[in-house]
Amino acid sequence: MAQLVLADHDGVTLRPATLNTVTAALALGPEVHILVAGSGVGSVAREAAAINGVSKVLTCDDERYRHLLPEALAPLIASVAGRYTHVLAPATTFGKNVMPRAAALLDVAPISEISAVVDASTFVRPVYAGNALATVQSADALKLITVRGTAFDAAGTGAGSASLESVPAADATEGASWLSEQMTQSARPELTAAKIIVSGGRGVGSRENFALIEALADALNAAVGASRAAVDAGFVPNDYQVGQTGKIVAPSLYIACGISGAIQHLAGMKDSGVIVAINKDEEAPIFQVADYGLVADLNKAIPELIDALKR
Amino acid sequence: MKAMVAVKRVIDYNVKIRVRSDGSGVETAGVKMSMNPFDEIALEEAVRLKEAGTVSEVIAVSMGASACQETLRTALAVGADRAILVETDADLQPLAVSRMLSVLAKREEVSLLFLGKQAIDDDANQTGQMAAGFLGWPQGTFLSSLKVDGTHLVVEREVDGGLESLRLAIPAVLTADLRLNEPRYASLPNIMKAKKKPLETVTPADLGVDPAPRLKVLSLAEPPARAGGIRVPDVATLVAKLHSEAKVI
Ligand SMILES: Cc1cc2nc3c(=O)[nH]c(=O)nc-3n(C[C@H](O)[C@H](O)[C@H](O)COP(=O)(O)OP(=O)(O)OC[C@H]3O[C@@H](n4cnc5c(N)ncnc54)[C@H](O)[C@@H]3O)c2cc1C
Ligand SMILES: Nc1ncnc2c1ncn2[C@@H]1O[C@H](COP(=O)(O)O)[C@@H](O)[C@H]1O
Repeated sequence: MAQLVLADHDGVTLRPATLNTVTAALALGPEVHILVAGSGVGSVAREAAAINGVSKVLTCDDERYRHLLPEALAPLIASVAGRYTHVLAPATTFGKNVMPRAAALLDVAPISEISAVVDASTFVRPVYAGNALATVQSADALKLITVRGTAFDAAGTGAGSASLESVPAADATEGASWLSEQMTQSARPELTAAKIIVSGGRGVGSRENFALIEALADALNAAVGASRAAVDAGFVPNDYQVGQTGKIVAPSLYIACGISGAIQHLAGMKDSGVIVAINKDEEAPIFQVADYGLVADLNKAIPELIDALKR
Repeated sequence: MKAMVAVKRVIDYNVKIRVRSDGSGVETAGVKMSMNPFDEIALEEAVRLKEAGTVSEVIAVSMGASACQETLRTALAVGADRAILVETDADLQPLAVSRMLSVLAKREEVSLLFLGKQAIDDDANQTGQMAAGFLGWPQGTFLSSLKVDGTHLVVEREVDGGLESLRLAIPAVLTADLRLNEPRYASLPNIMKAKKKPLETVTPADLGVDPAPRLKVLSLAEPPARAGGIRVPDVATLVAKLHSEAKVI
């Protein structure tokens, strides 16, 4: 039997976390298939077929899957799941939304956001905002899993030559329709895939002053993140939030500016390679996880830092 | 129409949890317990709909040990009209909780089932989606805004790339994200009044559900601690360290 990965995509390209999910699937067995559902998703299916290690791409190209609503997609997942030992999706808002619904249809206890594979039925997953790691064993014959992207390398692409198989659409549950979306446009790297992240918190002070964080990010070709307090105060959009309830990131360098270091924020970034904290309060808990701590006013330190980097 | 809100009793979000040395669980003796923060927001939303005249009754539900009564009394003090405790000492997991919630939602003929988007202890983020699957209802998860429009709901959801709006038919399952509203505190007079509001206790067997866990927790461990770092005196030293010691820039 094989493992199935559910592709997360925007209709045109795969979301990068799909590649990390393929790596987790390959840790469970050599035969990995990908399900690409959507409307007009030929380009996504071709991209999926080129992922190293993927042997088959199931496609279901149908108008009802255009916005990947779980009311439509969960029955499709349930209809193909019988061919697999494991169905995996990235732990993105997409994967988290649809996988438990599919699990209910299949009467399976889903396993959320695994960070390691122990064996085919045993997995490690963070709980309590990452302050504990649970090793859990599933008693279900079929496993439905979401995968924490930062815990697995991205699968390579280009060497794969998977076959394509089209699968029939399934009956959707009625009652949900898509109205619109407001996606944040940015030329900067995507948060969960960035090598360097500069994050700002309440200490940045205002939306206008957040330009400082952005300027530092641009000097480092970095992505921009934020604490919940910065998002709640309207400095930046919601999708910048790093933490227990925002995005989980693990760049090689994370620079936290004006962020105190609440456990809910640490939950999203403490697996970063190197952590730098700039905070004017020397007692701030962020310094307990920082490799390099600078006690300073960010309004003075960040311009100096940008200057030094330009030199 | 009636609304039901699922409220979970969890270790307070301000507590830094400690894993027991034998790996059997987390230390709970003497630890402050509270309503899951996302559930406070879900409850607030339901209570506001009642205050607006859209919802006729708000029913709070909690599942677990008898101490969950305390969480339900808090919900009643905030504005729920009555409460249901599903009492069990079983290690409850989202599959059983969502199945029991779907049974209760049908029994009580509710139109809106509210939950938090995630419980801050198991961080599962599953129960609402699974309840929606069992009920065959549309789901609005990770909500930052909710409007009732006649027989439908218009919701805004927090997704990875930004925000998404959906139109959902009623009945529906809704899960609250942090920015949906700012929950109120219960006032002292309302805490007193809540003591007289009805609280019904049922068991999983009454609901026809076997609560036995399907996921066995083999062990719990502390994550590896980060090695202590250093303080740098100025920006120049920071840049030098990042360049030649950490080699990340
Ligand atoms: C259920 C739940 C989930 C949560 N999820 C998240 C989450 O996912 N992500 C998240 O981030 N938070 C989350 N939180 C919120 C979290 O508890 C904190 O409230 C939040 O992280 C605080 O943000 P902050 O550090 O920016 O603000 P504060 O704690 O107010 O810290 C601001 C810091 O800025 C410093 N500062 C001020 N001015 C300057 C200056 N001029 N120069 C340098 N430093 C300065 C101060 O010394 C202070 O340390 C959650 C909370 C709950 C209850
Ligand atoms: N034991 C419980 N009692 C009441 N509600 C619960 C319980 N477990 C989970 N929930 C609800 O389900 C939501 C999501 O929980 P979870 O899927 O465990 O992250 C919570 O925010 C609660 O609204």
